[in-house]
Parts: sequence; C-alpha cells; structure tokens
Amino acid sequence: MFKLKYFELFRTLAVVLIALLLTMLFIALISEQKIETMRIFLTEPLSSKSHIGNVIEMAIPLMFTGLAMALLFRMNLFNLGAEGIFFFSGLVAAAIGIQTGLSPFIHPVLAIAAGGIVGALIAFIPGFLKARLNANELVTSLMFNSILLGVGLYILNYYMRDASAYTTSSYKIASSAQLVRIIPGTRVHIGLLIVLVFIALAYIFVYKTRWGYELRMTGANREFAEYSGIKTGRVIIYVHLIAGFTAGIGGSVEVLGMHPRFDWVALPGYGFDGALVAMLAKNGPLAVVGSAFFLAYIRVGAEMMARYSDVPAEMLAVIQSAILLLVSADQFLKFLKNRMLLKEAEKNG
Amino acid sequence: MTEAVLEMRNITKVYPNGVVANRDVNFSLVEGEIHALAGENGAGKSTLMKILFGMEDPSEGEIYLRGEKIRFHSPQNAIAAGIGMVHQHFMLVPSFTVAENMILGMEPKKGVMLNLREAVRITEECAKKYNLHVDPLAKVEHLSVGMKQKVEILKALVRGARILVLDEPTAVLTPQETAELFEELKMLKQNGHTIVFISHKLKEVKAICDRITIMRSGRTEGVFAIDEVSEQDITRLMVGRDVVLKYEKDERTYGRPVLRVNGLTVTGAQSKPDLNNVRFSVREGEILGVAGVEGNGQSQLVEAIMGRTAGVSGAVEVDGMEITRLDIERIRSRGVAYIPEDRMRQGAAGSASILDNLVSTRYKQNDWNVGPLLNRKKMWKLSESLIEAFKVKASGPAQPIGMLSGGNMQKVVVARESDANPRVLIAEQPTRGVDVGAAQIIHRKMLDLRRDGCAILLLSADLNEVLELSDTLIVMYEGEIVAYFENPSELSEQQLGLYMLGMKRQDAEQIGRAYHV
Repeated sequence: MFKLKYFELFRTLAVVLIALLLTMLFIALISEQKIETMRIFLTEPLSSKSHIGNVIEMAIPLMFTGLAMALLFRMNLFNLGAEGIFFFSGLVAAAIGIQTGLSPFIHPVLAIAAGGIVGALIAFIPGFLKARLNANELVTSLMFNSILLGVGLYILNYYMRDASAYTTSSYKIASSAQLVRIIPGTRVHIGLLIVLVFIALAYIFVYKTRWGYELRMTGANREFAEYSGIKTGRVIIYVHLIAGFTAGIGGSVEVLGMHPRFDWVALPGYGFDGALVAMLAKNGPLAVVGSAFFLAYIRVGAEMMARYSDVPAEMLAVIQSAILLLVSADQFLKFLKNRMLLKEAEKNG
Repeated sequence: MTEAVLEMRNITKVYPNGVVANRDVNFSLVEGEIHALAGENGAGKSTLMKILFGMEDPSEGEIYLRGEKIRFHSPQNAIAAGIGMVHQHFMLVPSFTVAENMILGMEPKKGVMLNLREAVRITEECAKKYNLHVDPLAKVEHLSVGMKQKVEILKALVRGARILVLDEPTAVLTPQETAELFEELKMLKQNGHTIVFISHKLKEVKAICDRITIMRSGRTEGVFAIDEVSEQDITRLMVGRDVVLKYEKDERTYGRPVLRVNGLTVTGAQSKPDLNNVRFSVREGEILGVAGVEGNGQSQLVEAIMGRTAGVSGAVEVDGMEITRLDIERIRSRGVAYIPEDRMRQGAAGSASILDNLVSTRYKQNDWNVGPLLNRKKMWKLSESLIEAFKVKASGPAQPIGMLSGGNMQKVVVARESDANPRVLIAEQPTRGVDVGAAQIIHRKMLDLRRDGCAILLLSADLNEVLELSDTLIVMYEGEIVAYFENPSELSEQQLGLYMLGMKRQDAEQIGRAYHV
C-alpha cells in the first residue's frame, strides 16, 4: 500500500517538474542568454530577503482563495465565485478602511470581518440556488462575478473615488486600518498568520468534526449521504458560506495589507488562481500551503524574468496552463499507477 | 476438441480506481455451444465481457476470433465481427416500436425517409427465422420484461451476431419466462450460434449449458464440461469452499407489530398508481418477505417507507408513531435501518474509507463526539471489531471501500445497518450479486437480528432467499399485494410464479391477514 498511497503526491511532483522543464525549454527557444534567464527564473525569487518576501506576499491571497476553492471542489461544487467575492469583499474592507477615527486594533478587525461576512452572504445565493433548485453553481457563480464587478465599480466611482488621484482608485486607506508588517525589510503582513490559522482550522473542520464529515460524505456520494440521514442541501449551503467567508477575508486582507488605496478596476484573478491552487493541492487544506507557495514562487520568478531578461512575463500563462492540463488529466501517468496496482494486487492475492 | 471460435488470452484489466477486475484470464468458446460464465459478483465476468464487446480496453492480453488476432475499439467493431450482447439492463428506446428498435442505427431508407414497412418486414423475417415471436408494431414500453429480452436478442441477431453474450438474462424473469428463454436458446444453438450465458444461478447453468468457465476474484478457476461438475463443485470453485444455504431457525415467537403500513398509495407518472392501498405489518422477531417480479412496486414501497417519495397517501408507523412525513434522519432515529438495493449508489461512498462508511448513520450522536470533535479513536475501534465480526477482507479501517469486492462492500453496509440494534430493518436485495460466503454471513446476521426482536422487511428478487429466510410472505404485482402466506416454506417456486405473474390472486380477506393490529 505504501507506494500507492504516495502515488498522488508523486504524480503532482511529476506535474510540477514537467511544467518547470517545459518552461526551461521555452526559455531555451526564446531567450538570447538562455542560462542566465533560467537562473533568474529559478533562483531570483529566493535570492534576497525582499524577493522571498514577494513570494510570501503573493502566496497569502492564493492560500485564501485556494482554501475556499478546495472546500467547494471537495463537494464537487464547481463554484468559481471566489473571484468576484475576493474583489467585492476587498472593496467592502476598503470602504471601512478609508474611514478615519477608529483605533488601530478595531479598525482592521472590523474591516476584515465586514469583508468576510459580505463574502459569505454573497456565496449564500449560489449555494441556496444549488441546494434548493439544483441550479448549476458554475453558471450562477460566474454570472455573479460579472455582477459583483459592475456593482463594485459603480460604488468605487460614485462613493469612494478620490478625485485627486490620477487613476481610478479610492481614497487612501487610513493608516489605522492597514495591516501590521511582521517581517522587517519586506511587505509581509499579519495576513500570513491569519491565513495559516484559517488553514489549520479548515483542516480540523474537514477531518475531525461531524460537519466536516458531512461535507466529505456529501462530496464523495451525495445520494449515499442523503440515505444515511445527512441533510445534503444544508451541507451545500454551509460549505458555500464558509468558502465565501474565507474568500471574503482573503480579499479584505489583501487590500488592507498590500494596497494604499483600493485600485482594482478589473477582477484581480486570485479566485481563478485559487482553483489552480486547489487542484494542485488535490483539495487538501494543508496541501494548499505548499501549492500556493509553489505558484507564488513561479509567479515571482516570471516577474523577475520579465524585469531582468528578454522573456516576457506572459510565459507564466504557459506554465500555469501546462500544470492545469496535467493535473486535471486523469490519464497522465495512469500506466504507472496501473503497474503499481498490478504489483500490489499480485502481492495481496 | 474442436477449434475455438473465440479465444481471450491472458486478459488483465485494472481500472483507474485501482480495482483489478481481471487477472490473467483465459476464456475460449467452441462454435455452437452454450458456455456458462459463472462467478460471484466482482469476480470479473462483466468486465471480461465488456472487453470482449469492445466497451473496455484490456490492460494486457489478446483476443483471437477464428484464429485471427483482433482488437475492438468500440461495440460497433464487435458487432461487425458478429458478437452481440444482451445487457442486464435493456438498451431499448421505450417509446419506439419493436421494429423501430430493431433497425436503430441501420435504418432501411426510402429516399431520405425511413422505410418503416421494410423495418417491419425485417423484424418479422428475423422473428420467424429464429422462432422468437414478437409484435413488430408494439411499443417497447408496453412489453413485458420477457418480451423486451426477446427484442434485445433479435436486435443482436439481426445485426448478424454469431456469438451472443447474455448477461444474467434470467435475473428479471419469472420461472415460466425462464423456461421459455431456454427453449429459444436451444433453438439458437441448433442454428449454430454460440452463446455465453452469464449467471450465478447454478440450476439454470446445469440445465442449459454445455461447458462452464468459473471465475473467482478476477481469475479463471477452470473450464469444465457441464456434466463433469456438480452444483456443489461449481459453488466450491466460485467461493473457494463448501457452502450450504440452509439455516437453522429458532421457533418463532412474534411480538407486537413494529412496522405497520396502512393504505399506502403512491401516485406514479402513469395512469395507474405505483402503489395501491398496500397494507401489511411486520412484528417483532418476524421476517416478512416480499416476492415479486422487479418493477411491481417494491422499490416504490421502500422509497415511501424511507420518506423518499412525494405524492404518498396512507400511513407508515413504527411502534405506533407515524413516520410517513418525516425525513430520513428522523425515520432512522426511530430505529429504522435500511440496506439499500444499490450499494454503489445509496449504500456506500466508494472513495471514502471503511471507517467513514461505517459511521455514516451515527456520527452525530453524542457518544461518537468529544465536544466539537469526532471520536475517531472510538470509531476506529468499532471499525476494527466490525471488520473482524463480518470477516471483511480489507487492509484496515482506513482502506477506501471502493477497493473492496462487492461482497465485502456489502458486508460493510450490512454491518453499519445492523450494528445499532434497529427496531426495523428494511433489507432490499441484501445479497444481490455477492458471493455465497458473504451471503451466508449477511443471512446469519439477519437471523440474529430476528432473534433479538427486530422486525425485518426483506425484498429480494432471489426466490430462494425469500423462501428460505421469510417467516411470512407477501407477493406484489402491479403495485398491489396479491397474496399473503403464513408458511412460505411450503410453497414451490412454480406456485409463487403464478402470483408473481398476476395469474392468480387471493381474495381480500386472505390478503388482509398481512396486517396485524
């Protein structure tokens, strides 16, 4: 059983390796200074404190959305609403963040909590529609993304926009609302601790509590769960609430931690990246950490590469697509699994 | 021996979820024989036939047809090569006529229009040739199961099948229909067709087949001429040991009625109700069997009792408390346990561990939780003891249940449902498709529950099972109870068959005895 148990991990590592090799291949084809570009891509993100800081900063929102997605995917719910929620909850947090006169402790807590609650409320709608009317959550959540962007931009333009700023952005977020930096010399903020606590709680929730058990059984076989006496409609709704809350907190933390003003005029993309993080993590809450850090690492690598070499950052899209394709392809390395299974089977019988 | 018309050599098949369905299997057919393929469910019969019919790719191994190596990529290839398959669940379009179903995919044309007259002619000609009488203009949805099966067989024949695979053809037939099918198969054999007959009903295998290939847990256990082996031999090879399906039952002492069903009516999609005024009770320590051809309201009855159907009138009571409009959770909390018909769909979550599958009905109760957390340690202990008590072949509580064989999976389901001292057990096909060994363990557990005063409602398509286990018996036909017997062991299968087919019916007073106040 040993080998089989670790097969998925092995497969994921193989996917990562192939994606990296593919990147090297493309660099070799495009770049004038191949070796140097490869070095920049691979080592630059880890070369200095501030670069490592960049990786961590990038990983924080990815962990939030990755976790939200992992919970939904575990239920076989292909809800991509984390994207819109991340954006809109960020806006809500900013709306509270631009107020003044609150104490430096209460202010961020209030802003983040508001973002989380708004996120949960928004996620409730596709969840409710799915549980009661069996409305496809992929469709409803994607439509919600557009609605949230439109409504959010309206609010930004008409209620929060700072006319003195050169771009479309809100008033400055009050310093009392900004998140504390925890590693000197970087912009890494307290959001890192918040997300790690969330992940630990999610792990305990999923594997150790009765509600997590309901979630896992409903995800594994809804009809079976139903016949065992689990109210699966309720499970679908509370998983949506938790996922929406998580994504909402993520958006709020990102805005208060990294942005002097709210300046997103398009969906930031973290929600969709969260889907990739969750898939790479095989929907395991703890694995989301590794998966988000890996993605952050190659993103920062791609940024550095764009800055210091002749290969553009769009390279990233190629790598991400390759990962997504390989992770979701059931057939990939299946022959190997078959062989292992065969061997295992021979041993048993 | 004459040369093999078809040979499958060293076939191995591993499914992506890790199930090894076939391991180094050899299978060959001689022209013009009826060849039985026997084995418990999960032994790999269906997989082997799916490979033969081009529905699955073998992981390893080769197939030879008349000495030539072949490789099917789809059922179309197999059909073109003269192999036909009659699936357990019929592949017919219910709203089409027989003739339309026959020519589906090979429609005779008149210009761009479908030539229906030609279709009818083809059907009639084929029916005549093989002496399988069907009405080409009848709609399939109006046909009996036996007739549908004939249409399926004809469908394969009209496509030029010389080798015909029948997957458990008698599972849904009454004894009378089975006899008819056998006559037809003998005719086909005389015409030179080769037939593969998949079944675990050994009497039937002995009655009609020439040779038998026996499979057990994915391997071939041997090929025999049918008169070389006795039923006991076959069973032993299928199970790996001797089994006798006879049980010592205690003197029966019924207590108060626990489950009472009164005037239960379920309106269906058709004009006739799915269930019509069903009235019976099950007493403490009683096993009430429900016999009937599948599709005569048994599953609607179970769904209505378990609160899964809308449009129910009448009452279901457990210990005098009405449960008719409760949800499953509340019904279960009244002491109702349920072994569902389809373990893969309602009985278990394949990718979840044995432990998770064992606690699904009680994870919520206080004694399985410590504060907000589940008491995993206690659950682990429970799983270990149940795995041992039911002799489940597994590596441990953490193993995904989907990796177990059908019989072992069913044992886990039964273990879960029987362990919490239920007041009522609804057992729907509790041993369908499991090996005799597992069936025995399950039956014994049911008899233990009976001794402890549980009221058991047993629904099964397996007449042997119903007759052997039941204390009392009702027969269902078209959504109604048509007979009640207080001593089913005195009945013969033939007598029962008459009631199951709706040819006989007791009077209201006799049927009324099924309900105890």
